Amino acid sequence: MGQKQSAEKFSVQELIQKSSGKKQKKLIEKMIPIILLLIASVSVLTTFGIVGTLIVETVIFFKQVKVTDFLFGTEWFPFANTEQLFGILPLIAGTLKVTGIAVIVAVPFGIASAIFLSEYASDKTRRIIKPILEVLAGVPTIVYGFFALTFVTPLLQQFIPDLKIFNALSPGIVVGVMILPMIASLSEDAMSSVPNSIREGALAMGSTKLEVALKVVLPAALSGITASVVLAVSRAIGETMIVSLAGGSTPKFDWNVTESIQTMTAYIVQVSSGDAGYGTTIYYSIYAVGFTLFLFTLLMNYLAHVISKKYREEY
Amino acid sequence: MRYVNHEAVVKKMNKRLIVNGIFKTIFFAATLFALLVLAVLFYRIISQGVGYLTPEFFQNFGSRVPEKAGIKAALIGSIWLMCVVAPVSIILGVGTAIYLEEYATKNKLNDFIRMNISNLAGVPSVVFGLLGLTIFVRALALGNSVLAAGFTMSLLILPVIIVGAQEAIRAVPQDVREASYGMGATKWQTILNVVLPSAIPGILTGAILALSRAVGETAPLVVIGIPVIVHFLPENLLSQFTALPMQIYDWAKRPQEAFQYVASAGILVLMIFLLIMNSIAIFIRNKFSKRY
Repeated sequence: MGQKQSAEKFSVQELIQKSSGKKQKKLIEKMIPIILLLIASVSVLTTFGIVGTLIVETVIFFKQVKVTDFLFGTEWFPFANTEQLFGILPLIAGTLKVTGIAVIVAVPFGIASAIFLSEYASDKTRRIIKPILEVLAGVPTIVYGFFALTFVTPLLQQFIPDLKIFNALSPGIVVGVMILPMIASLSEDAMSSVPNSIREGALAMGSTKLEVALKVVLPAALSGITASVVLAVSRAIGETMIVSLAGGSTPKFDWNVTESIQTMTAYIVQVSSGDAGYGTTIYYSIYAVGFTLFLFTLLMNYLAHVISKKYREEY
Repeated sequence: MRYVNHEAVVKKMNKRLIVNGIFKTIFFAATLFALLVLAVLFYRIISQGVGYLTPEFFQNFGSRVPEKAGIKAALIGSIWLMCVVAPVSIILGVGTAIYLEEYATKNKLNDFIRMNISNLAGVPSVVFGLLGLTIFVRALALGNSVLAAGFTMSLLILPVIIVGAQEAIRAVPQDVREASYGMGATKWQTILNVVLPSAIPGILTGAILALSRAVGETAPLVVIGIPVIVHFLPENLLSQFTALPMQIYDWAKRPQEAFQYVASAGILVLMIFLLIMNSIAIFIRNKFSKRY
């Protein structure tokens, strides 16, 4: 027994001596963090790549088109033969129309679903409904676009005879359906994180579940809910395929939702799927439009970040 | 003397309970709305597309004639695309996650990397397409190849994979790491032999879900100029190719009504592709995930 122990001790010591002598191992330990840092810097490089590309190509665009014409021009005719016009306001109007309709659809339905899931539903119901919402969030946008074009638009045309085949209403509604799960699940997270003691306090005072939900939980979770809506708006602004398929390609600076429109994203798709030659003004214009789009979504994401950081109630 | 009017209280209480009941129904109906849309969407696509899902549909290339149009090039192309996206995005994503969770100390550089990843997650996919077009297609002269599209898609889903892998690594309890150090293991040995094996189910689940997003993503492919009518299969990573969502986009745009049904059939193939990927993810999550 004693002999065996000493033999083991000896072998452990030998092992330690052996392994501490390995220089290779020390080298690996030193190299790994550096290699991993290099890998981690790929995401930083991506951001620099995006911002850099957009700025460089946009600057070239602004050598050919005046900045003021671009920012304040109310007409967008890049394919005109005589005089090309690059005023971005019609594209922004198209984007805002679709986003506005999407918000009108998604916010009431999303928040109502969140209240139902967080305040009323049993665990069992929640376990059934949440995965279905996840499926809805996982449907590729091209499928939604096809659905908007071939189902929602004909359906709406039965109620609104003036509705054109390409319009802002149908893609707007479908974009709303697309961002609905995002609002529902993020808002539900915000509401679920309100502590139960507060709910129980209100219930003990004789409140109904509705009063608890609207007067206690909703105000407490407001920052999270607002942040979820802002993030969803950012997603709606950047949405591309639904509006490309069902929105049309005639940018107009007005607030009519029954006629063909064009959003910033749809313009980029239109130009890149056609053959706008490399180096033409039209080619550079997609970067200027992309840059504008990028700034819009960046602003929205920053806003969501500030709202959820600054106005969060701590318990 | 009564201070409380019993009848009035009962009446008020009943009214509040009724309002509660009504609103409960409204909230439930709103939740059902989403489910209803999903049901209609699936019903439409299945009823329209199932008739076109013939063996020929999988053997034919794209065509101007709806009856002869097939999905072979797009399906094989999407599989090729995944063969680039999966290794590139998982290596980059898991590497970044290990760095951030295990090595990164709290300093400005690492805060910047973290902030940068959350910002990147909010950039619209079409903007990633512009990045891919400029850097991979033009500057690196990869053309509209499998490789260029694969790199673009990898960068697009990178933030999702990083965040998923970070959560999986964070879920490995500290005790296990300390036990490993206690046995004399070095940091890298601990990560490689202790942390990663128990985090892998979580990492893979997140990665497969991110990859299924890449399968259905269309906008970046359009922007980098992936062709839609392709009559050959990719031979290597620098070949031209087309992918499922591109093919569907092309069919959906066509004015002939018959192409609507072809598009539905294409969507069915895409959805089955996604379903298989998601089932694998759920299988891995249920089978291999450990609870501490």
